[in-house]
Amino acid sequence: MKYAYYPGCSSHSTARDMHESAIAVACKLGIELVEIEGWSCCGATAAHQTDRILAASLPAANMLLAKQMGLDTVVTCAACYNRMKVTNHEVSSSPAMRARVADVVGQPYDGSVAVRHLVEVLLEDVGIEKLRKSFTHTLGGLKVAAYYGCLLVRPHDVTHFDDAENPTILDRLVDAMGGQSVDWPGKVDCCGGGLNLTRTEVVVKLSGSVLDMAVASGAGCITVACPMCQASLDLRQKDMQKQTGRRYEMPIVYITQLLGLCLGIPPKELGLNRLMVSPAGVLQSLALKA
Amino acid sequence: MTIRINKVAKGTGLKAIVEEMSGVSLDACYQCRKCSAGCPVAGPAKSAPSEIIRRLHLGAGDELLENGLVWMCLSCETCYGRCPMQINFAAVIDALRSLALARGSKVPEGNMPLFNRMFLANVRVFGRSYDLSMIAGYKLGSGSLMSDTEKFPTMLKKGKMAILPPSGADKKAVRRIFEKAMPGKGKKQ
Repeated sequence: MKYAYYPGCSSHSTARDMHESAIAVACKLGIELVEIEGWSCCGATAAHQTDRILAASLPAANMLLAKQMGLDTVVTCAACYNRMKVTNHEVSSSPAMRARVADVVGQPYDGSVAVRHLVEVLLEDVGIEKLRKSFTHTLGGLKVAAYYGCLLVRPHDVTHFDDAENPTILDRLVDAMGGQSVDWPGKVDCCGGGLNLTRTEVVVKLSGSVLDMAVASGAGCITVACPMCQASLDLRQKDMQKQTGRRYEMPIVYITQLLGLCLGIPPKELGLNRLMVSPAGVLQSLALKA
Repeated sequence: MTIRINKVAKGTGLKAIVEEMSGVSLDACYQCRKCSAGCPVAGPAKSAPSEIIRRLHLGAGDELLENGLVWMCLSCETCYGRCPMQINFAAVIDALRSLALARGSKVPEGNMPLFNRMFLANVRVFGRSYDLSMIAGYKLGSGSLMSDTEKFPTMLKKGKMAILPPSGADKKAVRRIFEKAMPGKGKKQ
């Protein structure tokens, strides 16, 4: 199993733990992630809020690099995933867009590079059975709220990720690890991430509502696959407390961090020391597999 | 709610240009309002997706570019995901934003255009996002110097904020993209 790996900018900044745990888990499972040489930013929200051609050209340049490698592209950031999928959709469905993007990037791109999120690779290419056999530890029945947010699942006719309203990929991984995925209503709600710096009060309200639903479901942690969701939910728990008066101590862990723990990888190698809210409760539940 | 359109809308109606820029036809909207029911910011924005579409139907002009939803929309795409007619409202909002920038509309509270400019300026220079520089630029520009400052020492200590600028990107290719996609905008960014 060999893929072109697009880490995305947050992998070297706010989501180093996502990057570290993804690499550690891939290594352990024999998934070869070859970093795309010279990769650049996908443009994120800032590009698509500014200019449609810029927003399609930045991801296209990266997918052209992946195309030369002749491999499927694997991403860990939900925003990069979304921008690349949208670009593929735009250039393959509109000849006019394809022509504009070719002019801007300097070479034609037809939208044919397959883009996949690492969790899709884990479930579809590695498979639950192989994962189960590879686990040395279990989550010991820990209740986990699987949170998908927006960018993986919407728009569904573009991302084709699992199910738009009730995705279960992360839930299935949690259950395979011996955790208990909880039934809760917040899994595809928005955390407000895009407004984190500009309208913080909106983020605190939306992320607070996600957290409240997870608490009500009895979850001991929330697992995520998006660096923006992780940042909003992990970083803003004290701000939420100021707004609601309720105390929050909910660990927000990447799915790759949970998988890494069950594969016997030391917490530090998974970047678990980088979380704002201590993952102690998660580590305490961890048990050796019988 | 009752929507009242100012008979003397500023400029000509925006519907045609928004449809052209976004590639989305708004004619199929029959105001079922599923988009608005799912919109997470319809409350704080004091407006909703179906209302914007209706206003465009009724001939709204440049005044619509100052509607609260234009810059508060999170691009969560719940509106598009739930539209029975598959109207991509997120693309409509992106077109309104591009128009607001081009026509110099009033800067919204929170100044999202400034945030985007700072983000893209760093991508243009480094080929990748440089959070520290982007945040500093936004804070200086918006005057929100003190917000969240208590978080930075912990984030730096935990390695959640890179101190040095990113390296490794094909900067030449990125600069070409900016120059070709947004000619003339480069130096000011």
